[in-house]
Amino acid sequence: MALLDIKNLSVHFGTEARPIIAVEHLDLQIDAGEVVGIVGESGSGKSVTSLALMGLIDAPGRVSAESFSFDGRNLLTLPKRERRAMLGRDIAMIFQDPMTSLNPCFTVGDHLIETLAVHEGGSRKALRNRALELLTQVEIPDPARRMAAYPHQLSGGMSQRVMIALAIACNPRLLIADEPTTALDVTVQAQVLELLLRLQRERGMALMLITHDLGVVAETAHRVVVMYAGQVMETGKVPSIFTQPRHPYTEALLSALPENNIGRERLQTIPGVVPGAYDRPQGCLLAPRCQYAQESCRTTRPTLASPDAGSQVRCFFPLHTSGPKE
Amino acid sequence: MISFFLRRLGVLIPTFLGITLLVFALIHMIPGDPVEAMSGERGMDSARHAQLMTEFGLNRPLPVQYVDYVFKAAKGDLGRSIVTQESVMREFLDRFPATFELSLCAITFALTIGIPAGIIAAFKRNSVVDYGVMGVSLAGYSMPIFWWALLLILFFSVQLGWTPVSGRIAVEYDPEVVTGLMLIDSLLSGEPGAFRSAASHLILPTIALGTIPLATLARMTRSAMLEVLGEDYVRAARARGLSPLRVLTRHALRNALIPVLTVIGLQVGTLLAGAILTETIFSWPGIGKWMVEAIHRRDYPVVQGGILLSATIVIAVNLIVDMLYGVVNPRIRHQR
Amino acid sequence: MNTSNSQLTVAEEGISAPPSPLAELWRDFRRNRGALIGLTLVGLFIFMALFANWIAPYSPIEQYRDSILAPPAWVEGGKAQFLLGTDPVGRDMLSRLIFGTRLSLLIGIISIGLSMSIGIVLGLTAAFSGGKTDTGIMRLMDVLMALPSLLLAVAVIAVLGPGLMNAMYAIAIVQLPAFVRLTRASAIAERSRDYVTASRIAGAGVLRLMFIVVLPNCLAPLIVQGTLGFSTAILDAAALGFLGLGAQPPTPEWGSMLASALEFIQSAWWVVSLPGIAILLAVLAFNLMGDGLRDALDPKLKR
Ligand SMILES: Nc1ncnc2c1ncn2[C@@H]1O[C@H](COP(=O)(O)OP(=O)(O)OP(=O)(O)O)[C@@H](O)[C@H]1O
Ligand code: SF4
Ligand SMILES: [Mg+2]
Repeated sequence: MALLDIKNLSVHFGTEARPIIAVEHLDLQIDAGEVVGIVGESGSGKSVTSLALMGLIDAPGRVSAESFSFDGRNLLTLPKRERRAMLGRDIAMIFQDPMTSLNPCFTVGDHLIETLAVHEGGSRKALRNRALELLTQVEIPDPARRMAAYPHQLSGGMSQRVMIALAIACNPRLLIADEPTTALDVTVQAQVLELLLRLQRERGMALMLITHDLGVVAETAHRVVVMYAGQVMETGKVPSIFTQPRHPYTEALLSALPENNIGRERLQTIPGVVPGAYDRPQGCLLAPRCQYAQESCRTTRPTLASPDAGSQVRCFFPLHTSGPKE
Repeated sequence: MISFFLRRLGVLIPTFLGITLLVFALIHMIPGDPVEAMSGERGMDSARHAQLMTEFGLNRPLPVQYVDYVFKAAKGDLGRSIVTQESVMREFLDRFPATFELSLCAITFALTIGIPAGIIAAFKRNSVVDYGVMGVSLAGYSMPIFWWALLLILFFSVQLGWTPVSGRIAVEYDPEVVTGLMLIDSLLSGEPGAFRSAASHLILPTIALGTIPLATLARMTRSAMLEVLGEDYVRAARARGLSPLRVLTRHALRNALIPVLTVIGLQVGTLLAGAILTETIFSWPGIGKWMVEAIHRRDYPVVQGGILLSATIVIAVNLIVDMLYGVVNPRIRHQR
Repeated sequence: MNTSNSQLTVAEEGISAPPSPLAELWRDFRRNRGALIGLTLVGLFIFMALFANWIAPYSPIEQYRDSILAPPAWVEGGKAQFLLGTDPVGRDMLSRLIFGTRLSLLIGIISIGLSMSIGIVLGLTAAFSGGKTDTGIMRLMDVLMALPSLLLAVAVIAVLGPGLMNAMYAIAIVQLPAFVRLTRASAIAERSRDYVTASRIAGAGVLRLMFIVVLPNCLAPLIVQGTLGFSTAILDAAALGFLGLGAQPPTPEWGSMLASALEFIQSAWWVVSLPGIAILLAVLAFNLMGDGLRDALDPKLKR
């Protein structure tokens, strides 16, 4: 049984009469200890999905789902308090911009101790020791001194390490990382990612890694979810999804990678843009941009189909179906 | 922190000297010479005129007079009132506690209502409560307070007869001046009704004077709160499973109050300006009323001294606020 | 946010012109109900001020000795010919209030006009000259800011003597620092932009740079400040009038009308209440309008 199991998740903003659809009919399963990469262009609903998982979508946003369970508990019916208590303890999240995600008025130690105290309690001294230990685990040099540091005294990489320490403080089973390295210097990106994966392995926690970097996904993830305009277009295992993408969008993403463009004069790009809030196509959301689009694609929406176990695709004319199945 | 303080002080000294220059110039910009201006319409024979000019040192070159003025002011000598012949400093000190007490009550009133109202409005944004708070505060800071004061008197004093109309305490009580603050002095006097009387005299002036700061604070708190509630660290705190109350009070409020603190500092000016009107209406024997009377009587040394001292208070309070700002804002505290 | 229609046209044809800035401003402004109320009220006040001679039933200073302190028409004892009653010397309240509108707007226009134009010149000078001139101007503004508004006005009146014109000068001086600082800040921000550098390279003189190149791009915050300052000007002028330091009787200025009727506060509520309501409405109108303008202009300021 999957650790996280979501069926038919939708997130709407705007008014009831004119909703802005951020996420639509999204199914997502994550197993314990699994690394799932979520990719997709900007605006495809990756962040909104992760915030919905955390229950952090505020009015006027509306979240609905057919089923939504974590570790066998139905989050749809769970009282608010208990749902909240799961945050930070069972599910944790780190964000794109670590520099603004720490409260400027509190020291690193304040943050850690507060989180530990809320979820686990204990004497102040014990909490302090736990905090120090966590800082050591995220490879922060001289942790005792860093405890007293304020966020503005930390570099970006250091702040993200602190955020990671906060996230793993209570041994969560699932860690959601929303573009955890995008805001960092190129040199520290690899280190922070390395750290995340080490912690994931050591603790056996599931990791939902949202990123724009397909290369990173190829190296780290067990499974990939490709999102477009609020929908899942394809899910599949690594590496088969890279070698035999089934969805035209996945294929287009891959062919836009620089390493697949060697020898070409100019980088291949995907023509057109993600549909806006009020101009979603009636048929397949990708139809205006898809080179394989047929007449039927423009009038009817494809559903998410499972050509084989472990992969799903939302397309009338999937690619590579005759190819070897993994 | 100390260097921060010294830097602020370094900026303030020229400002302060500028104010002394302005105040000094004040009396010399009056058409005619100061002695003539003081004598008013009555006129004065030329012998007496010349004698006064020498007595006040007004025959000396202006720069000499200015330096003399600054040095005397630094020692607390601001000259004498033309009307009462009392030392201006003495008169100011006699009246200041009344203004201080009133301002303190007014700002307390504004803080205790304005800040919670702003917080609630931000938390319940776009609700009826929010619109209510914002509407009332808009009316509050558009209010001509001299009129507002009259309405208060008309309703509470004239219609209901609940509160007295003027002064600091009923005439039958005359508590000995210990602190200068009537609330405390009346308590110390031990007379049973004295404190009640002093308190009831304070209510209306407090409301009148506190209304604009209250409205301003409610608006500022709300917008600061809204800004902070949208910050990444608030979302991150919620993602750690902290309760809404905890996020609000520990994470959001603290950061939102930093800009509000500056606004509180700025209210000192509003209070002193408002005191001019409030004190005049309620016959409150403070420095606002004192200065208005001085202008009507052309008592220039009093006007001069009053302006200088008021500006000093404003500058001092803002310096203190800057310091507090440094204490609550680590980014400034650690500046070197 | 764009509607689907306009987005489609842009995407498909790419030719439809973007809305003019003014039209866009109006669209944002119109969405704000408070701002619209403010604008309507301001319009009404302007109308009253312009056509006071025709609207007002009587002269504002004509005394009707046989109708002293007549209550408003709908109150018992009221006379139909004096709709809002008469004041302690028998002048028609309604006519005085209407002429008072003219005065209040005039006070706003003159004092804000003065303050803004001097403020712009000083602010631009500070921004473009830098160094000692800049420091000097800004220190002077610090000095003015250290004095509580009404206190500074009172100080100026102490020098100039009481009177309506002097009250306007005083208010202009009180508001000066806001305009200087605002102009200087936005001019400094604009000065480093490419288009300014381009005109400089093209040989534009300093004056041209200041007033023709940079100033138009600093106007948005100045307009907002001007509108909000207008309300402060009306309020301060009324306060000075009330203290007997501004407009002098029999000028129908709202603040001084209030002051001269103080002793009748218990017997004749209308002589005190009505001028106050007029002040409140005028101040409220300009504040609402200023807030609305600020909100409508704000995204553009950030951009
Ligand atoms: N609070 C909100 N109100 C209205 N629309 C929103 C809101 N939050 C997100 N959206 C919309 O939801 C869509 C998905 O946004 P989301 O932030 O999830 O994209 P993303 O995939 O994370 O993109 P990026 O790669 O840029 O982070 C966007 O089109 C956005 O406009
Ligand atoms: S359904 Fe049609 S338009 Fe959509 S991705 Fe498949 S081929 Fe392209
Ligand atoms: Mg995102």
